[in-house]
Amino acid sequence: MSKTQNAIISSVRTVMGWVPAQWLPGGTPDPLIERRAAIGRQASRLDGPLKVAGEARFAAEVAMDRLCYAALVHSPVTRGRITRLDTGAAETAPGVILVMTHRTMPRIGTLPLIGITDLSAVGNSSIPIMLDAEIRYNGQVVAAVVAETQEQADHAASLIEIDYAIDAARTRFQDARPDARTPASLLMDKNHVSIGNAERELKRAPHRVDNMYRTPAQNHNAIELHAVTAAWEGDSLVLHDATQMIAPSAAALAKLFGLKREQVRVLSPFVGGGFGGKGLWDHQIVAIAAARLAGRPLRLMLSREGVYRMIGGRSPSEQRVAIGADAEGRFTALLHTGYSVMPPYGACPEPYTLGTRALYGARSFEIMQRHLDLDIVPNTFMRAPGEAIGSFAVESAIDELAHAMGVDPIALRLRNLPERHPISGAPFSQHALGQAYAEGAKRFGWDRRHAEPGTVREGEWRIGMGCATGSFPYARMPGANVRITLRGDGTAVIACSAQEMGMGTATVQAQHAADRLGLPLEAISVELGDSALPAAPMAGGSSQTASIAGAIAAAATKLAGELLRLAGNDSPIAGLRAGEVQLVEEGIASIADPTRRESYRSILARAAREAIAVTAAGSAPLEFLKFAMHSSSAIFCELRVSAVTGEVRVDRLLGSFDCGTILNPKTAASQFRGGMIMGLGLALMEETLFDERSGRIMNPSLADYHIPAHLDVPEIDVIWTGIPDPRSPLGARGIGEIGITGVAAAVANAVFNATGKRIRDLPITLDKLL
Amino acid sequence: MTPISYSRATSVAEAGRLADGAGARLLGGGTNLVDLMRKGVERPSRLVDVSGLSDAIELARSGSLVIGAAARNSAVAAHPLVRQRYPMLARAILAGASAQIRNMATVGGNLMQRTRCLYFADVAGSRCNKREPGSGCDAVGGFNRYHAVLGTSPACIAAHPSDMCVALAALDARVQVSGPGGDRMIPLVDFHRLPGDRPDRDTVLDPGEVIVAVELPASPFAGRSAYRKVRDRSSYAFALVSVAAGLTMREGRIEEVAIAFGGIAPKPWRASRAEAVLRGGPAAGAAFAAAADAELADAAPLAGNAFKLALTRRTLEAVLSELTGGSL
Amino acid sequence: MAIRINGSDVAVPDDARVSLLDLLREGLHLTGTKVGCNQGACGACTVLIDGQRVLSCLTLAAQADGRSVTTIEGLGSGSDLHPLQVAFIEHDGFQCGYCTPGQICAAAAMLREVEAGIPSYVTADLAAERLTLSREEVRERMSGNLCRCGAHNGIVEAILRVAAEHAA
Repeated sequence: MSKTQNAIISSVRTVMGWVPAQWLPGGTPDPLIERRAAIGRQASRLDGPLKVAGEARFAAEVAMDRLCYAALVHSPVTRGRITRLDTGAAETAPGVILVMTHRTMPRIGTLPLIGITDLSAVGNSSIPIMLDAEIRYNGQVVAAVVAETQEQADHAASLIEIDYAIDAARTRFQDARPDARTPASLLMDKNHVSIGNAERELKRAPHRVDNMYRTPAQNHNAIELHAVTAAWEGDSLVLHDATQMIAPSAAALAKLFGLKREQVRVLSPFVGGGFGGKGLWDHQIVAIAAARLAGRPLRLMLSREGVYRMIGGRSPSEQRVAIGADAEGRFTALLHTGYSVMPPYGACPEPYTLGTRALYGARSFEIMQRHLDLDIVPNTFMRAPGEAIGSFAVESAIDELAHAMGVDPIALRLRNLPERHPISGAPFSQHALGQAYAEGAKRFGWDRRHAEPGTVREGEWRIGMGCATGSFPYARMPGANVRITLRGDGTAVIACSAQEMGMGTATVQAQHAADRLGLPLEAISVELGDSALPAAPMAGGSSQTASIAGAIAAAATKLAGELLRLAGNDSPIAGLRAGEVQLVEEGIASIADPTRRESYRSILARAAREAIAVTAAGSAPLEFLKFAMHSSSAIFCELRVSAVTGEVRVDRLLGSFDCGTILNPKTAASQFRGGMIMGLGLALMEETLFDERSGRIMNPSLADYHIPAHLDVPEIDVIWTGIPDPRSPLGARGIGEIGITGVAAAVANAVFNATGKRIRDLPITLDKLL
Repeated sequence: MTPISYSRATSVAEAGRLADGAGARLLGGGTNLVDLMRKGVERPSRLVDVSGLSDAIELARSGSLVIGAAARNSAVAAHPLVRQRYPMLARAILAGASAQIRNMATVGGNLMQRTRCLYFADVAGSRCNKREPGSGCDAVGGFNRYHAVLGTSPACIAAHPSDMCVALAALDARVQVSGPGGDRMIPLVDFHRLPGDRPDRDTVLDPGEVIVAVELPASPFAGRSAYRKVRDRSSYAFALVSVAAGLTMREGRIEEVAIAFGGIAPKPWRASRAEAVLRGGPAAGAAFAAAADAELADAAPLAGNAFKLALTRRTLEAVLSELTGGSL
Repeated sequence: MAIRINGSDVAVPDDARVSLLDLLREGLHLTGTKVGCNQGACGACTVLIDGQRVLSCLTLAAQADGRSVTTIEGLGSGSDLHPLQVAFIEHDGFQCGYCTPGQICAAAAMLREVEAGIPSYVTADLAAERLTLSREEVRERMSGNLCRCGAHNGIVEAILRVAAEHAA
């Protein structure tokens, strides 16, 4: 991300500031905001019956004739090169079909890194994949064994002998600081923000806090392992993949293997959890290459250890947050700086300061991140990259300031809510954090909190309450296409390549399409998960719902035009133009005179058409360049800390969200809760143990990397303002990631309230509270 | 996993015969062994399934409860006699692993389970004297949060992972084994070895010896006993520290007492020194603290596990206070 | 030599390394049983053997010889769903659906354990013959089944609902 990019985006934003809102997408609020039937209704998941019966097919579950199995060998060395490679024993082991190493790997290029300019740029690393003898990180894949059965492949992989010449590796976070890089930009934003003289304001401030916060590396740990079933059919490739980027992967793989786009088909109808981790990594490419060499369809499912070794997670961070406030508690200085890891061959910064720009006003700002270069598996985005851990630092700091000032932490936050975006000055499209706090505090019983820490006790348990703000920006991606097929029997099929990882994509878009087309929900079916369908962007940045919704809206407009044309001159709607009609009650009608209408069935029957299909792309997502579009939340936590053991038990958790229209309360509540539970893990137990002596991850298993178990999870209360965002399709903003944000700080603040101990170093394990 | 043969033993004698020789391992529920085979830590060529041997749980004429080595952990915890007479054992078993694993794991297998040291499990990337004697120990200067503070050696600091065995240690259980040299009874507290310079040997079992049963003598502690486990996740996690304790009171003083610790030693740790401090003394906070001091006097903490000293002390004091305070 | 799987006899594989999980998924295409860790750390592979919940990843297929295995496919499918399957849909006890078959199999066995009066680590009185199935009891008993999407509340709710209906 370059200075050029900063210049381009900043000039586009400037232009957008002059363009009247009506000219932009979202300039006129989506009419469906006011006119809803299926949207907003509690709907069970359409794929529920398949999933509970174990009939939803995942990537490693496709049966194929002559299927063979692969196992990978990972480097146990962090930097160096392979000096001896003996594959003899493996090659002659029972059932082995072939062994692939850098000597035999087909020569291919490297993937373009994830970027914002090219949607098929989805690489997490620019390191050549098994093309040379160099080792750049511990866990890098160095060989693949293909055999008749998985057992044979696994065993043969253990027979490969490799010697390495070992070079010194950079593995220590603290040692890398002197060489830290300062990137020009973070995703779409400038990295360095400096308004006023924040250091001077901080020194002058009558109230201030200034502390360091640390968060460890974490891994996604979707329960489904990364897996592919790859089959070459002549020169065409069919890839059943567990991926959250179906169409982008297909495009990228076509380029990589020198194929035409139509020669690659990626299928991924169900993904067993992604959270940012299910992108395009080395294993798909190795599997595709090995399948080609073997001349047979091939299945590769990573071991759980393999996932840790070759799929990067969230970077560790060290963050300084300092806040200065005047006597009334108004922020005069807000400083957020720090370090995270991003090797030069990686693609994904951990943008923990981005959220800080939008939440609170201040007289002066100093915001900047630095990247450390370590020899590690390239880190990638993990649920709410940036905000998940940035909010821990900032929201802990605000709680510290409130305690130091003797004011209520909610009151302090509300005092500093900005009228407009504090950095860009852009108007908010919709923003009701104050209301979210008010409603959340009331429902949670915040007024029962004792401000003085360590004063509430029940037996050996100290009890405390805490709160924190969560936030996540709105995004809608370009390049979302949807096909609507309207059938003569009054049903419709919505089709695009989007992914279903548990967000309820099909369910919610069926609800949307029902309202958009004026059809009953039962009349809508949704096809997803196949790159042969109209291309949808990857699932990332909580953008999928809005992106597809925008495309459905565009396709519906196009459909209306088609219907008008098809209806011809003998229809009650003859002479109307696309802008003068709406799709309602299973037909098309004049907006001005609803009695002028004709049903879909009638139009199609008269035209002797079984179905009509239209494909359209969503409009360019310019709305969020003009408006500041952010979701926010107020998270409340009540917990107990054992005075004996330091164990923390969370008793109550409440999230009060301001995320625009809620499209399906049932699936939305689940997504909020899911994010909050991952937030509990972040707060209390999750940590990838990276041995800085060797550069090796030491807990590559679900037994040793703890994620919350049932007993760790209390009943979680979720409420929302439900105020539509007038600038987004359906008035909705994405909800997949905001749930995790703010939770760690709410927990840490509650721990402080319970014990008087401030933990600035995640996870909050019991030893820190003894 | 290396290729293996699989057979089922129909008698203890047959199991001993089949298992006597290099490359053979007895298989109980497989919850630990199969995992270690997949990791390449264990590479047997022959598995002898002993889960079909006696799983009976019966009262002997002596008053002891005899538990067949093939009894599943869940069956032991659910047995009415165990719940009534040895609640500490039932609680300890229920604290371990998950319901599914307890349904699979056998009592014999639980006695034989190996450490969860991260470096022990990492065949490709780490040195471990338990896995490969003489290779070195990467845990000492690495992640040792889960490691032992008592009974360690320069060669090995790995902690024993069992919950069940901690209660068995406190209950004076004995392990009945049968082997080429005949049958013998091994007190549970002597069954597991301290690492010394041979950390690869976890137990005192000789080649060809088979665990037949575990015997529990009648316990006076059913009325006042506890198993408390402290861990990083509230369920489905190994212990950082666990305390099994039982006692009897007489006229406000502690009469009999048995204490064992888990999570802090290479074997289930019978806290004899602490017991000696407490026996016959007052049920008072000062005595509890003195007991903890006595037991932890020789502790050798490391950077990652030093917190276990305070944690063990506090947990012991809390358990003793609970057991002496109320009508448990 | 045969394993009874969902009512049909299946031959024990020749390769003794083959786990029950791999036999189900790769050998029989019964892919409702999921693999999440292959090391006994997540519960996604839970099946019932002779009515008891176990992990199929740590069970060698040979160990199941002569025993009766029920997988999610055997519990209910299509229009004949098990009450737990119905309740999971109703209470949104899943998102991605990957841990779901394991959760449901575990829950089915767990309800029978409760009926049999088997206590858990959080049961106050281990000697008691009757149990009250509190939320905490359900959570502890289901803790061997990890869920990363965070459907825990819905899962517990679904189980409590079925337990209540069964008791009524």
